[in-house]
Amino acid sequence: MKRFLLIVFLLTAALLSACSPKGPVTLTVMTHDSFAASESVITAFEQANNVKVVFLKSGDAGEALNKAILSKEAPLADVFYGVDNTFLSRALEAGIYEAYASPLLAKIPAEFLLDPQKRALPVDYGDICINYDKAYFAAHNLTLPATLEDLIKPEYKNLLVVENPATSSPGLGFLLATVKHFGPDGYLDYWRSLRLNGVAVVDGWGTAYSTNFSGSSGHGPQPLVVSYSSSPAAEVIFATSRLTDAPTASILGPDTCFRQVEFVGILKGTPHLKLAQKFVDFMLSQQFQEDMPLQMFMYPVNQDANLPQEFIQYAQVAPQPATLDPTVIAASRDKWIADWTAVVLH
Amino acid sequence: MFLSNEDTRTKRITKVRVFVSSWLRPVLPWMGASIFLGLFFFYPLARILWLGLNPAALKTLDLASFLLASHSLLFTFYQAALSTLLTLGLGLPAAFLFARYDFHGKSLLRALTTIPFMLPTVVVAAGFNALLGPRGWVNLGMMDLFHLQSAPITIVGTLGVILLAHVFYNTTIVIRLVGNALSHLDPSLEQAARTLGADPPRVLNRVTLPLLRPSILAASVLVFIFDFTSFGVILLLGGPGFSTLEVEIYKQAMQIFNLPLAGLLSLIQLLCTLAFSILYSRIVRRTSVTSAPRAAGTNLHTARTFRQKLFLRGMSWLLLALFLLPLISLPLRSLTRLEADRGERGQVHNGLTTDYYTELFVNPRDSIFYVPPFKAICNSLGYAALTVVLSLALGFPVALALAHPRRLERLLDPFLMLPLGASAVTLGLGFIVTFNRPPLALVTSPLLVPLAHTLIALPFVIRSLQPALASIPVRLRQAAASLGASPPRVWFTVDWPIVRRATLSAAVFAFTVSLGEFGASSLVVRPEYPTLPIAIARFLSQPGGMNYGQAMAMATVLMVVCGIGILLIERLRLPGAGEF
Repeated sequence: MKRFLLIVFLLTAALLSACSPKGPVTLTVMTHDSFAASESVITAFEQANNVKVVFLKSGDAGEALNKAILSKEAPLADVFYGVDNTFLSRALEAGIYEAYASPLLAKIPAEFLLDPQKRALPVDYGDICINYDKAYFAAHNLTLPATLEDLIKPEYKNLLVVENPATSSPGLGFLLATVKHFGPDGYLDYWRSLRLNGVAVVDGWGTAYSTNFSGSSGHGPQPLVVSYSSSPAAEVIFATSRLTDAPTASILGPDTCFRQVEFVGILKGTPHLKLAQKFVDFMLSQQFQEDMPLQMFMYPVNQDANLPQEFIQYAQVAPQPATLDPTVIAASRDKWIADWTAVVLH
Repeated sequence: MFLSNEDTRTKRITKVRVFVSSWLRPVLPWMGASIFLGLFFFYPLARILWLGLNPAALKTLDLASFLLASHSLLFTFYQAALSTLLTLGLGLPAAFLFARYDFHGKSLLRALTTIPFMLPTVVVAAGFNALLGPRGWVNLGMMDLFHLQSAPITIVGTLGVILLAHVFYNTTIVIRLVGNALSHLDPSLEQAARTLGADPPRVLNRVTLPLLRPSILAASVLVFIFDFTSFGVILLLGGPGFSTLEVEIYKQAMQIFNLPLAGLLSLIQLLCTLAFSILYSRIVRRTSVTSAPRAAGTNLHTARTFRQKLFLRGMSWLLLALFLLPLISLPLRSLTRLEADRGERGQVHNGLTTDYYTELFVNPRDSIFYVPPFKAICNSLGYAALTVVLSLALGFPVALALAHPRRLERLLDPFLMLPLGASAVTLGLGFIVTFNRPPLALVTSPLLVPLAHTLIALPFVIRSLQPALASIPVRLRQAAASLGASPPRVWFTVDWPIVRRATLSAAVFAFTVSLGEFGASSLVVRPEYPTLPIAIARFLSQPGGMNYGQAMAMATVLMVVCGIGILLIERLRLPGAGEF
């Protein structure tokens, strides 16, 4: 028995050590759980710079950032990707980033450059939008809601599911869209009406989309869900059989979508500053930016990057997305969430 | 008066000897576990709690914080107490069923009740939704049958589903702990009561239940602690309307980043767990009865009377329904094609498919984080093996010491349970502030996963080994020694055969704890070494029918791996073996 256990132990140890990275220099990149990239793209960077890139996944956007802040005295990584505009101020105030004026910033439209000091550099953006189940609306001969105001009409009673903004970033994005549209004094009244109209609230995107939404594989009860404007493209790509059309689409009215921008930054205290800068350049480069949409289902910020066919065909960018200044969000986010909780959940 | 040099030296040596025998010897078995718990549990926990609860940070706590804390504490107690009662209500008769009756498919049914214990909450939530959700089979069936417009049963998002899921998860603890004690009960005691004229209910009340009290209490406390620290079930099934301490800690620490409040809540949770553990060890010490343990087979019989048959049938069907129905929906869903060219047409084509399984083996999008299912299984099994080895190595000496408790043992005993009651979120953050730099830059190491699993497995391992070690009669050892056996030989011929089965069941526990544990949200994860639960969560994080199907396929793989593991280990055990 003992010998057997010893063998098991040694084998596992060997297995684990055999997989550990070996290479000239290791560059560590801390990300949120949704980060993804093509192997060939990352390998190209590794070969060009004679470096091994190791990724650390640290939870959702908020969790990952908090972990980066808690470990800032002895950073776990050289580069941190995954802060979005709703958390940007927290990251900047904590002072975790080293500024870097990447030459590739010239290719990025000014609307995404939210940190003038260039500590956090935009990588991608996406629109948090209400998605609808096409089949449901066709079968019930129901016109689509076009505005936030439409959602409190009786014909859309019990049709919408949203995420809790305290535990989910799409949920927070949608709450911020209502704050932008109705103002800090009016959004709670709107949510009171939404509640009366039977809005369903669940903890996170996974439950909302896969369980509650009728247009996804879960075939749930609600045909309207807060998700991303790129989700219809994902539905086509990850369909079980070849689809000629997306089963879902987004509602792109004024302020019905919240624009989310995600950033990368070099962590203060990195011993590999030059390499970290190269990696940031790489994330902003055309190669990475063109790879990213089909990996993370976000839009590239680099204007040179071409969109994949599926995005052009099935996904849309919101023409009038809701935006809020990151400092405004940082100042009031906790209060808005607390007030929202009191009105919608209690 | 002068003492010679010689005298001083002898005196000193005697002093050292006295010190060694009176102090070091009792401390020695605790060394490994204390160093381990101290380094990987108490130290990181203290670091992160201090970060949140230092005097400067405490000033930020206001009345609202305390109201929130007391509100979540009340609800946490309420749901945990209700869940524990319900779990006992189902678990005790089930324990009687398994300990007293011999019937076909017994080991399968028992393995079935164990599987939930190691399934990640995302999977269990998917199973419950497929069964009881607004579009679940039960509701669709009833809508079809009675021509209803809307779903008649709303249980998802209510307290009911939280309680049901807790019963589903934890009944196995009662079945194993109480069932084990029941099967070892000396049957002559019950027989004596019956000869003296007591009817069966009176025998149960006056003899059987009092004898079982320690094991029932042990099971209740473990179940209660699990319900008390419940997280995933509350979030995924209960929904945002419910908030336990652990859920609130998660929100405060991970989203709002209010470390003082998160620290306060963690401290409350920790102190409550400590109080339960102290209470538990006191009651157990006072009420434990020593009786000659029997081989389990002596208490087993087949159902004979009508009543016994009714009980056997009813109980087995109830267990089968409760445990099989939510589970079976996962493999079924992993083989069903629900998605087709729906577009605007509203058509859903159904059909069987193995696509989800074959897709697991390819990486169509060249993703750098793609992991073949076999590798995820290997990772999970590797971590589980390390957890088993580590927790047995650390737990064995402690269990040995606890078998004959002295003052030190009584003092340290309650602290062993603490890792079960500590907030996983807080401990995860503690790791990040503690092990982020050399010499222990463990946060980024894959080794952190089995270390964290060992923390949770250790209390179970110790609680499984301790009774077996305590049950070894001293006179057997003395007899062997007087017949000329050397101490190692005594150990191998007397102790080991008795302890072996308990060691196996301790290993099962460590194995299952490790296989199902999903601490991804609180730990920093190396994406190259995902476990099965992490691989499942990855598929569920993107839209599309294929992702959902693959998650269900992966969950089925996890269930099959768990099931085979449990059945194998149950086979290894000889008839009449102890469990847990």
